[in-house]
Amino acid sequence: MTFRFVGGKVLGSLGTFAFVVVFNFFLFRVVETNPVGTLFRGRNLTEAQRAELRHQFGLDGSKLDQFWHYLVQLAHFNLGRSYETNATVFSEIWTAAWPTIALVGISTLLSTIFGVLIGISAAWRRGSVRDHGWTTFTMTTYAMPDFWLGMLLLIVFAVLLSWFPIGGITDPTSNASGLGTLVDQAHHLFLPCLTLTVAYLGEYALVMRSSLLDTMREDYLVLARAKGLRDALVRRRHAVPNALLPVVTLIAINFGFVLSGAIAVEAIYSWPGLGHATYQAIRAPDLPMLQGLFLVFSASVIFFNLVADLAYSWLDPRVRTN
Amino acid sequence: MTTAEIAGPRRIAWARRQRALAQAWRDYRSSWPGLIGLGVLAVFVVMALAAPLIANHDNLDPSKTLTTPLWASPAHQWPLGTDYVGRPIWDQLVYGSRISLLVGLAATIIAMVIGSVVGIASGFYGGWFQAVLVRVTEWFLVIPFLPLAIVLAAILGPSVRNVIIVIGITSWPGTARVIRAQVLSLKERPYVERSRALGAGNRHLMLRHILPNVSPLILANLTLTVPIVILSETTLSFLGLGDPLRPSWGRMLDEAFSNGAIGQNAWWYYVPPGVCIVLVVLAFTLVGHALEEVLDPRLRERRRR
Repeated sequence: MTFRFVGGKVLGSLGTFAFVVVFNFFLFRVVETNPVGTLFRGRNLTEAQRAELRHQFGLDGSKLDQFWHYLVQLAHFNLGRSYETNATVFSEIWTAAWPTIALVGISTLLSTIFGVLIGISAAWRRGSVRDHGWTTFTMTTYAMPDFWLGMLLLIVFAVLLSWFPIGGITDPTSNASGLGTLVDQAHHLFLPCLTLTVAYLGEYALVMRSSLLDTMREDYLVLARAKGLRDALVRRRHAVPNALLPVVTLIAINFGFVLSGAIAVEAIYSWPGLGHATYQAIRAPDLPMLQGLFLVFSASVIFFNLVADLAYSWLDPRVRTN
Repeated sequence: MTTAEIAGPRRIAWARRQRALAQAWRDYRSSWPGLIGLGVLAVFVVMALAAPLIANHDNLDPSKTLTTPLWASPAHQWPLGTDYVGRPIWDQLVYGSRISLLVGLAATIIAMVIGSVVGIASGFYGGWFQAVLVRVTEWFLVIPFLPLAIVLAAILGPSVRNVIIVIGITSWPGTARVIRAQVLSLKERPYVERSRALGAGNRHLMLRHILPNVSPLILANLTLTVPIVILSETTLSFLGLGDPLRPSWGRMLDEAFSNGAIGQNAWWYYVPPGVCIVLVVLAFTLVGHALEEVLDPRLRERRRR
């Protein structure tokens, strides 16, 4: 991979991020001419309070002044203060990021592993009962709203069976420390993690299945069999590694999107991450918080897209030569 | 004397289209999943159209259901029980199908129109115009869809119209990219060159030659976009950004969850809307894949092996 190639990709991503930064500004200030009025409709505010709110949000002065103000503040990682908690948006997002990264990281890993295994199992015996069974299962889970699946799991495993807590990240009544806290958190993590894993595994399984089906038509697999290799060996050494390529890209792209996709699931389980923060910011509504969250979500998607691009061209030399 | 002289070019073209359509239907009929999907969709469309006949709209208004019990489990008068203010679930479910399907179709149509126009224009023209369109498409592809939709819906305010607009203007980039790729190969075909040599302008070429040739692709994309749009609507409504006066299935799930249906163990409240969503989404996906197979001979080839 040449420096020129990587540099080009990085520059492209920076350009996209610059677009998002500008877009984020216009979304909140220009599309809606009076955000204070809209966000606080139905509440009695004095003119002085309105002016104060406008000043607080950086909404006074000309549009150009506002834009400059916004850029300067952004360069200092200052995203304003949350209307609800009055803490800085940056610190709120920083605290909420870790639970989300843990949840999304683990569930992405699990859904990839199970998705790929299901995809292989379905494609290798194409048209068999097993193939139809897996395809039906993955298409059904793919068709489910993730939060509805979360609700069903919550009812069965937390309410009816009481195997798992119904929400949150730690048990407030427990005074465990060290390893005990970790066990407690893992116990709370289980259901949201299971929900996201099942909700996202379908996509990996379907992609893996169709990718492996394409690979299985290649001549080198016929050759491998003609050499007398066992079926399992042909699959493990020759077919699967090549079929994994599109899955690798999908993982990186999805990871960026899943950060924001977990909004409804985190809301169901009161998992104190970015999604839950978004849910509360909508209900409030908390404009600076939404703006900051939107920026973070966009930045993560752009970043992981870049990772996907680079990983793909590193793994598949054909992309580089084009 | 040839047929062309008797019938005229229009009649011939019409007959050809009819034959192509009949052939496509014969191919489609061979796909079992596609037929099942079509059947399920038909049931839900009938349900949405016949809503006034099979359900009572008054039952959606909590001020008119004062006599009914709260959280009643399914019984003869309430086949699917009642909710936290005594509204029967069945009537909400039937009228909800109207909103869910309406949003699904209308938002998809907006996305398809934007996607097709951008896709065709960026594929057909070259130079800076094309470069700008491609960049904009890529930007919209990386902007996380759900947060953008949430922010837009929060700014515009909750109503069915706004939900349609928000989902419509955030769902087009994928379609634009697919169509652009197809247009790039189409515009190099000899018949386009021939038409240009005969003096056809860009408008004529795009409308009469490019558009008809990408329209099957648009149709397949449409049926595969509807399920995604319906799921997006469900999520937006669940997050409280749907129309409070015209409830969709997503809104029902939101109300069920926020009003403690889980604690009440009221399965009749949160299970039916979810099942309906899964069925409709699955049906559209099945129809979409079946259409893709009919329209893309390479996929058909693979199936027959």
